[in-house]
Amino acid sequence: MTEPNALLTLKNVTKRFPGVVAVDRVSLEVYPGEVHALLGENGAGKTTLVSLLYGLYPPDEGEIFWRGRRVRIRSPQEAIRMGIGLVPQHPLLVRAHTVLENLALGMPRGFLFPTRGLEARIAELTHHYGFRFDPHAPVWQLSEGEKQRVEIVRALLQGARLLVLDEPTSVLTPQEARELFKVIRRMRSEGEAVIFISHKLDEVLEVADRISVLRKGRLVGQVTRAEADKAELARMMVGRQVSFERTKPPARPGEAVLELAGVHVTNDRGLPALRGVDLRVRAGEILGLAGVAGSGQRELVEVVTGLRRPERGEVRVLGRAPWSRRRARIAHIPEDRRRQGVAGGLDLAENLILHDYGRPPFARGPLLDRRAVYAFAREQIARYRIDPPDPRTPARLLSGGNLQKLILARELHGEPPLIVAVHPTYGLDVGATELVHELLIEQSRGGAAVLLVSEDLDEVLALADRVAVIQGGRIVGEVPAEAADRERIGLWMAGVGA
Amino acid sequence: MEDWIWTTLVRALAFGTPILLAGLGEIYAERSGVVNLGVEGMMAVGALAAFAAAQSSGSPYLGLAAAVLVGALIALPFAVASITLRANQYVAGLALTMLGLGLSGLLGKPYEGAPLAHPLPESGFVVAALVLAVVLWFFLRHTFTGLVLRSAGENPETVDAMGINVYAVRYGAVVFGGAMAGLAGAFLSLAYRPSWADGITSGLGWIAVALAIFAAWHPLKAVGAALLFGALYHLSYRLQAVVSPEFLKAMPYLFVVLVLSLSALRRGPSGAPEALGTPYVRGERR
Amino acid sequence: MRRIGPFLVEKDLVVPAGRLLAVSSAALLMAFFAAGLVFWAYGTSPVLAYRTIFVETLLSPSGFAEGVRRAIPLLLAGVGLVLAFRGQFWNIGAEGQLLLGAVAAAGVALFAPVPAALKLPAMFLAGFAAGGLWAAVPALLKLRLGVNDVLTTLMLNYVAVYLVEWLIHGPWRGRTAFGFAYTDRFPEAAMLPLIPGTYVHWPTLALALLLAGAAWFVLARTAWGYPVRVTGDNPEAARYAHMPVFWVVFGVALASGGLAGLAGVGEVAGVHGRLLGAYQISLGYGYTAIIVAWLARGNPLGAVLTALFMGLVFASGDVMKVALQMPFRVTDVFNGLILFFLISTERLLYYRVRWAPERKER
Repeated sequence: MTEPNALLTLKNVTKRFPGVVAVDRVSLEVYPGEVHALLGENGAGKTTLVSLLYGLYPPDEGEIFWRGRRVRIRSPQEAIRMGIGLVPQHPLLVRAHTVLENLALGMPRGFLFPTRGLEARIAELTHHYGFRFDPHAPVWQLSEGEKQRVEIVRALLQGARLLVLDEPTSVLTPQEARELFKVIRRMRSEGEAVIFISHKLDEVLEVADRISVLRKGRLVGQVTRAEADKAELARMMVGRQVSFERTKPPARPGEAVLELAGVHVTNDRGLPALRGVDLRVRAGEILGLAGVAGSGQRELVEVVTGLRRPERGEVRVLGRAPWSRRRARIAHIPEDRRRQGVAGGLDLAENLILHDYGRPPFARGPLLDRRAVYAFAREQIARYRIDPPDPRTPARLLSGGNLQKLILARELHGEPPLIVAVHPTYGLDVGATELVHELLIEQSRGGAAVLLVSEDLDEVLALADRVAVIQGGRIVGEVPAEAADRERIGLWMAGVGA
Repeated sequence: MEDWIWTTLVRALAFGTPILLAGLGEIYAERSGVVNLGVEGMMAVGALAAFAAAQSSGSPYLGLAAAVLVGALIALPFAVASITLRANQYVAGLALTMLGLGLSGLLGKPYEGAPLAHPLPESGFVVAALVLAVVLWFFLRHTFTGLVLRSAGENPETVDAMGINVYAVRYGAVVFGGAMAGLAGAFLSLAYRPSWADGITSGLGWIAVALAIFAAWHPLKAVGAALLFGALYHLSYRLQAVVSPEFLKAMPYLFVVLVLSLSALRRGPSGAPEALGTPYVRGERR
Repeated sequence: MRRIGPFLVEKDLVVPAGRLLAVSSAALLMAFFAAGLVFWAYGTSPVLAYRTIFVETLLSPSGFAEGVRRAIPLLLAGVGLVLAFRGQFWNIGAEGQLLLGAVAAAGVALFAPVPAALKLPAMFLAGFAAGGLWAAVPALLKLRLGVNDVLTTLMLNYVAVYLVEWLIHGPWRGRTAFGFAYTDRFPEAAMLPLIPGTYVHWPTLALALLLAGAAWFVLARTAWGYPVRVTGDNPEAARYAHMPVFWVVFGVALASGGLAGLAGVGEVAGVHGRLLGAYQISLGYGYTAIIVAWLARGNPLGAVLTALFMGLVFASGDVMKVALQMPFRVTDVFNGLILFFLISTERLLYYRVRWAPERKER
């Protein structure tokens, strides 16, 4: 029936959503004291599998066994009670509350809060794993890494025997990631089972005992670490040969297009976000800005695109301030596509004219020229192969990849001299990611200055001609890409030795 | 001189009581994440229910019970619309207010005019309101359920992931808010007036909603805020000889606008529960 | 996707017009059914009530004309609210803005030294300005300080009521008769002509229809309307695109206040001929206009239909007062129920139901 000694067994588990099979007859086992990695790119079905394990919805087909017995996980509560603990990719914490309040939320209830002994148990656990945080600190003050540790403590407090970590290193510096791996190894030695979900090959190879590869909802391969071969894993993930080297034509940088000098910015909370930033991006080059979330990237992007004015310092794009009326054309591929980049209720054509609606050919005087607008839309939709192709489709119906294509079509129209791309491939599958990278390189070699802001160090290292690191509101290091060394950059990201 | 201060304080407490009662209920509803703009309507229906029950049965305590029950019941369709059906909370509340005012005006016709045979003392309500404020503060801060309630308004996804039913929490808070609004209405028709007239609530429900904001969703601060409003109401009466009566009647509403503006100036981040006004949908994760 | 018996229910983000009509109609039917229950609680037979309404309002020409007359302020204010809601300005203050318009019109009619031929245009302009001003304050508070616009616009309604009361009892007092206070009657030049045989003041009606069309055109077809649509859909995106969000929202706020003000002018110049007590000028037009705007689902032209519909509902309130001795409050019951069922059924718009009986497989 089931493998002896397996903690968790999945047999032919299937889950469908309208129009897609997210998880397709997946079978695997996880043993206690094992780190089992689930490898796959975005959209491969990893998150759905996790949601199934966590009881958010039932599988359409297949069975789940826990310690050899068949179970139906009907709710997160049941999953927790069984011993499955989830550390989600984005922290599920109440920002305004303290660590203690957050941890108490997951515990069996007494009448009063906090229940007796809770604080003691938290202290015991944190000490055991070498964590250091104050249970009375409000969560919004914690770093991403600390928030993750709170999640881990919560899972352990709830008695988890199987810990599911969903893309845990996406918000960590390389050093923090190594700390996490140490914790994982510690847990493994104490008999915990760990499911480690990721799309990053190198990490998976470092920490996993066994690796299962998912593609388009199916389990396409399973290997032990000893057997694992990087190229083979990548091929299984993507379905074809993947080259790890991205060849790009050499850069021939020209004049400076974007210049920041001594820029100081205070953020919405009144805290200093940029503390004297000096930066220069030249035409024909890609500057990759790496940094951990919250280092000031958001404010930097706002200042560069003219959405915010600095308290001190100068920002110039082709000699003019980006918030001035006669500013140069700046392409901005925003951080949050759906929230900032489109008006979801308007159709594709109407979104494409977001910047140029008042000017010919889209408007004659105050009147919009609908024929011109829709003709332009059809042209762009064809060029970028946007699906669905009807220009009257409301933009909110588009998938992430198509939405990004729409935004690119709009922003790159008109040969902008400066392109600011913020996490442009977040949540996109390999095909869309490649397209975005190609376009950025193409634009840059065509003479545009490109500022790439990304938390994904691999992306930055692959694309950039020069790499800069932002930390604590300052640029703490800048090197040409050939001289970029992961270790050193990771240290800079953490604020060490600039 | 002292007499004047004492009288003002006493009358301020009396005027502030219905605002405080309804405001405490609104604080709970909003802390759980739901904006209830139906308070005015729920108060009106509660007032009528209290009067009708008390007048026909002879027992004002029955009226009290009726008000609380009816207030809670009227809040139920609002809860269904805004929580389960995920309708726009602001508009749903507005609809409930229209309905509540209409229902009470319509069904209250036969009860107009006659004063209540056995009214209740104002002081009873005042004390109850103050005690409730303290109890509700303690509950919110120091019990597990209170923690759950607060969390539901800040980050319902987290609460859901912990296996707690967010909908149930919000239903409870909203129905409680309705009951408190009903209680506030009972004060008006059983103690303050004590009689029934269409329009007896005269916008107090709206002031209660503003109170929740002004008091930063904190039950104890609500007491102070309610006192402030109550003092203003009372002072407006005292100034009747000097200033035109219409201006005085308009003062409380202008004051609300002023108070809301000051609240907005005072804090940086608003301190509102983060998920306030947003219906919760268990995400369709893929 | 869910299965309920032989039906498959799927999420469908595009809403075809047929489904919109069906769901809206269902909501209205439910509201009328619930209202029937209220009538029964009051002691009136629902059947009798609806029959009376139908006969007196829809079938009788004078009843229908009354419905049209009620629809005029609803259309003006309603179009304004469509614009406001499209721009994310939650204007619950149309009632007060209407009253301010009435006040301004009365001021010009009674006291301003304007030649007779210009009296009416001046009244309309003054009314628009006054209404717009009354909306400007909450708009500025919202834009500059982030103060909740629902509450501020609402509070100003009450203030407007007391302003009117003060004027008619104080400085603008005319004759007092039978316990009511009102100003003197407007001069002939300040009165609007009526369609013979009815009480319908047709210039205001024409203005309302014109403005509805203009509002639609500006919104859908011009470069001024485009930023309004974007801001209303996603203010974040509007800001990202460097759109002047402040002016967009302030603009729609002024426009909606002004349009409500025009409604007020129509009421005093076309219906009453003097400034009366607040509750006699507006019987809740401002609040009902919210329903008009909501039902129109963001389309100013749709407001023409929905205003007529709600105008008939209002007229039926009159009928019930006269024929069945029910207090006029019954219209609030209608309004509340209609609005409630409309928004409760809104989610249904995004689901598609298909007939797909399960095939039994062996």
